[in-house]
Amino acid sequence: MAESPTTSVSGLQRLLRHQLVWPVLALVVLLLVNVAAKPGFFDIRMQDGHLYGNLIDIVRNSAPVLLVALGMTLVIATRGIDLSVGAIAAISAAVACTRIVGAADEGALTTAVMACTYALAVCILLGAWNGFLVSVLGIQPIIATLILMVAGRGISMAITDGQITTVHNNTFSDLATGYVLTLPVAFLIALGVCALTAVLTRRTALGMLIEAVGINPEASRLAGVRSRTIIWTVYAFSGLCAGIAGLVIAANTNSVNANSLGLWIELDAILAVVIGGTSLAGGRFSLMGTLIGALFIATLARTVNNIGIPSDLNYLFKAIVVIAVCLLQSPKVRSVFRVRRPGATGSSGSVGSAGSATPTLAKAGRS
Amino acid sequence: MSATTVPADSLWDRVRGFTPPPRYLPVLATLALLVGMFSVGGVRYEGFSDPQVVLSLFIDNAFLIVLAVGMTFVILTGGIDLSVGSVVALSTMIAAKTLQLGWPPYLSMAAVLATGTLLGLLMGLLIHYFDIQPFIATLAGLFLARGLTYLISVESISISDSTFTNLAFKTVTFGDYYLRWTAIIALAVVAIGAYVLARTRFGRTVYAIGGNESSAMLMGLRVAFTKVGVYVISGFCASLGGLLFSFYILSGNSLHAIGMELDAIAAVVIGGTLLTGGRGYVVGSLLGVMVLGMIKTLISFDGTLSSYWIRIITGALLLAFVVVQRFASRRRT
Amino acid sequence: MTQMDVTPAAQAATPVVAGVDPVIEMRDISIGFGAVQALDAVSVRLYPGEVHALMGENGAGKSTLIKALTGVYSIDSGRIVVGGVEREFGSPAAAQEAGISTVYQEVNLLPNLTVAENMLLGREPRRFGAINVRAMNRRARATLEGLGIDIDPTSELGEHPIAVQQLVAIARAVDVEARVLILDEPTSSLDADEVAKLFEVMRGLRDQGVAIVFVSHFLDQVYEIADRMTILRNGKLVEERMVADTTQLELVKLMIGRELEVLDRIDRKVSARTADESGSPVLKAIGVGRKGSLEATDLELYDGEVIGLAGLLGSGRTELARLLFGADSADTGEVVIGSERRRLRSPRHAIDRKVAFSSEDRKAEGVVGDLTVADNMLLALQASRGWLRPIPQTTRTRLVEQYLEALDIRPRDGAALMRNLSGGNQQKVLLARWLITDPEILILDEPTRGIDIGAKAQIQAKVAELAAQGMAVVFISAELEEVLRLSDRLVVMRDRRKIEERPNDDVSVGDVLEIIAGESREEEGSRG
Repeated sequence: MAESPTTSVSGLQRLLRHQLVWPVLALVVLLLVNVAAKPGFFDIRMQDGHLYGNLIDIVRNSAPVLLVALGMTLVIATRGIDLSVGAIAAISAAVACTRIVGAADEGALTTAVMACTYALAVCILLGAWNGFLVSVLGIQPIIATLILMVAGRGISMAITDGQITTVHNNTFSDLATGYVLTLPVAFLIALGVCALTAVLTRRTALGMLIEAVGINPEASRLAGVRSRTIIWTVYAFSGLCAGIAGLVIAANTNSVNANSLGLWIELDAILAVVIGGTSLAGGRFSLMGTLIGALFIATLARTVNNIGIPSDLNYLFKAIVVIAVCLLQSPKVRSVFRVRRPGATGSSGSVGSAGSATPTLAKAGRS
Repeated sequence: MSATTVPADSLWDRVRGFTPPPRYLPVLATLALLVGMFSVGGVRYEGFSDPQVVLSLFIDNAFLIVLAVGMTFVILTGGIDLSVGSVVALSTMIAAKTLQLGWPPYLSMAAVLATGTLLGLLMGLLIHYFDIQPFIATLAGLFLARGLTYLISVESISISDSTFTNLAFKTVTFGDYYLRWTAIIALAVVAIGAYVLARTRFGRTVYAIGGNESSAMLMGLRVAFTKVGVYVISGFCASLGGLLFSFYILSGNSLHAIGMELDAIAAVVIGGTLLTGGRGYVVGSLLGVMVLGMIKTLISFDGTLSSYWIRIITGALLLAFVVVQRFASRRRT
Repeated sequence: MTQMDVTPAAQAATPVVAGVDPVIEMRDISIGFGAVQALDAVSVRLYPGEVHALMGENGAGKSTLIKALTGVYSIDSGRIVVGGVEREFGSPAAAQEAGISTVYQEVNLLPNLTVAENMLLGREPRRFGAINVRAMNRRARATLEGLGIDIDPTSELGEHPIAVQQLVAIARAVDVEARVLILDEPTSSLDADEVAKLFEVMRGLRDQGVAIVFVSHFLDQVYEIADRMTILRNGKLVEERMVADTTQLELVKLMIGRELEVLDRIDRKVSARTADESGSPVLKAIGVGRKGSLEATDLELYDGEVIGLAGLLGSGRTELARLLFGADSADTGEVVIGSERRRLRSPRHAIDRKVAFSSEDRKAEGVVGDLTVADNMLLALQASRGWLRPIPQTTRTRLVEQYLEALDIRPRDGAALMRNLSGGNQQKVLLARWLITDPEILILDEPTRGIDIGAKAQIQAKVAELAAQGMAVVFISAELEEVLRLSDRLVVMRDRRKIEERPNDDVSVGDVLEIIAGESREEEGSRG
């Protein structure tokens, strides 16, 4: 008769066990490193009714990755992955910009709104296409989304006809550089989507069902969960998020370069999700963790600049972070080839399932 | 299978009734596609049917061919290697930098090969002994290699060493046609890879792991050695491909080979290798590279299509092959 | 209640061939996993040139014994003596080197490689470091011919049916010159002709002096091929018998047997149950079957009735249950629920028609470990409402508390993580999951397996209560006493078909065993 193990643990220990501790700690450390290098790092000043400062920049720059990572979190929770988000972002920006440029009144508010809406609709369709490949045709998510990743770049370039398309529309520019209530619009949008996702997953049953599908797909199937619909939905959502991110990125430069927009953003997004504590193997996910992960990546980019190292060394740091995170997440104990007591070595703490002791054949200790 | 008293088939009868073993069908499909594309090109475009076009395909894609061979080994075990593009860039940078520092060219090349192999070993160890998914481990490799490239130099370094330039342009001519040594090296790698996979215990163990890793262990095969080994091979091939690329482009630059791993993966998939592992041939991957190269050639011959069509067509081909593979494997189970 | 108390035999009852030493002797082997004693001082002897059947129900310890012999598990106490020398196997490779080869139920070969490679990989003939393919094929062909197996060694293994793949696995063992060949449930996926071929090969090997261990739950086959058998029950050795000296009925009694348990004392609740058989069945299965797992079967379920599916392991009980629920899709037949008649394709269909199913493998098919008890409980209900309509918090709390209480789930905490609960409590949460959907038909597959006695009793009481309230229940259990205690009607199954159906009017365990065993005696003549 097992008692829940957490009841007899002290408050501090419980705090330390919280899954968000490590990401938050990492972020804090990084921020401290920055302050050490440049003491004025945390300064925020008010100018022209807007807030300025390093922290504000970080927060604004994290918006695209955060947006993509939100969709990626749900996809990963269902044991999938979406490599096409960069391409979808590029398509989104290409569609929106060409529509704005081709509109009668290029600078009008309605033009911007219509163009963006149209672009996002396209992205949802693209996401649904990915979902179709994965859930109906049963194609592995890596290869299914790889197809759009490759073809999508070509499609986005076809839409812009290979040209860098520049737009002149203030509303559109505001997406990236505007401020509302002293805070950057870009970040507010990202935060808004984050809140929307939270509501969508935690106020409805979607979050729980997604987790069930990711943790035990067979049990979910037998319990009547419509996993096909769920998988379809998360990929469509991922497409939508990528589309919004594309619009924000394009708005930053008032132009779209279909070749380079959103290039490799999927890798940053996956990194953000993994740092935030969601496992690549699927199951429980944490939107808050993803938020912190995205902030971490944006801070990392800033840190490298601040300490005076060439910004391209970003890659090296990312490598270290990836390896560190994975080593922490991987099963530490390498079982000896002969299994002695499978019930006792279960690291997940499953008590009393001795009746179904089904030990797995351990990996060979020697080749 | 016992002999019966049927009159011996004539050669024509045997050719007519020949059905290839089902396991070779994917590669034959790719070959058919290649032949088809070549025919279409020959009909439509002036000068396309010149055999030199095919030979130039080998030359221009020599580095990708080598990459695809290494990638095939990895994918056959059910894994994936995202780092190869970055290793290529790193290789060009190491070559350029060491030459700039005055190293003898062959020592420079040795350094390049050693680095790629070492990186591959590291990733293989992470994957097998720490149970990290290949996607993530090689993603880390991607970042690491790219980062090291920047570490060495942020700017481009050109290669002017005479050995390199000689090797870059060294040619074998036969009649009106020529083939560069880089292409010959690439084809040699294909041949060696095919031999290892078909005729050595290591190679068959690669297939075994892709077929059923736990069965392979139960049968007493050296799974750990092989699993780590394929990443070592992929790393070596990436650095060798990087060398060939540096002959081609004669510079070291951190912006080289961005996305090249995707081309390699696409080539392997189009070549008929299953991403789930256990089935595929390096010859297929060679043909896959040729298909990708042929697309580019067709488009450049056409002149009217923009280069982005390359990606769209590649994506469409990938889709076709993947869907067909999916239905074929569904029927099998 | 008959009191057949079979005490475990300490020694084998019958000697075999005089003067010949056993090739393998396992003496007093004990292996425990946590609190469960999988093997308790079991001794087995294998002689060369015999087919030795290892018999026992689920959890008897057969597979644990095999894994101990083949180096997968380490032994807590006891000794293994191979050819007179005491050995300890650290890995399957070590056991193989000692001459012990195993062919597993899932064959465990490589379908993407050739037959010859599967036979010889790891030991293939080599020339200058490269595989000599011709020599390998030649050697494979010779071995295959020696066994009378006619297939092309250069063909891909996956092209052949499972039956042939098994023969290749045996051929691999032969090539290794195994002295002991262990066949673990080799005939589960085979048809009659394939079984005949397998037995022919086995007899050939036996005549060459190989000791063959044959693990199977198909009694007919055991009687056809085996010379001697060892019967295990609950991790203990029951007896070692000569097949020729044991009737099927005796064998079944030895396998199932009885223990004095508290459970035996709980009387059947004789409450006024209206098994409404006069009305129309609430579920009717017509000719439902699936290739390789169940022959076409008919079954009718009525309101307020408990149907017990009785039978040995592998008799098709679970397969039938899964087909009734749509967990597996049937190849033949249809299920009629209410007025609707269809072939169930997914659990979703069945759940919408008020059918509920609790799987026998709760770990793989029931427990969602990282979610809370509350989420686990409400999963099926939530799934049927769709994700857009979450269950209101007040309803959630009410339902969770209600069932925590009703089924006595401990800890009484809906927020506890499912994976931290004991097996018995997990099972109760899963039961709650289905009860919350307010089903009309409840199918329970081994709901009391691997859980403590207290929980067992609670679940059984609940089942009786539900039937009394009008639910139709299908109850499957390996423990015949349980089935008899609860059922209104009995369906006896064997070898993947229903062999008898009758009302449970004073049927005893002995009667059921006789049905299971006795049927075969009539059939022995007509079956292939």
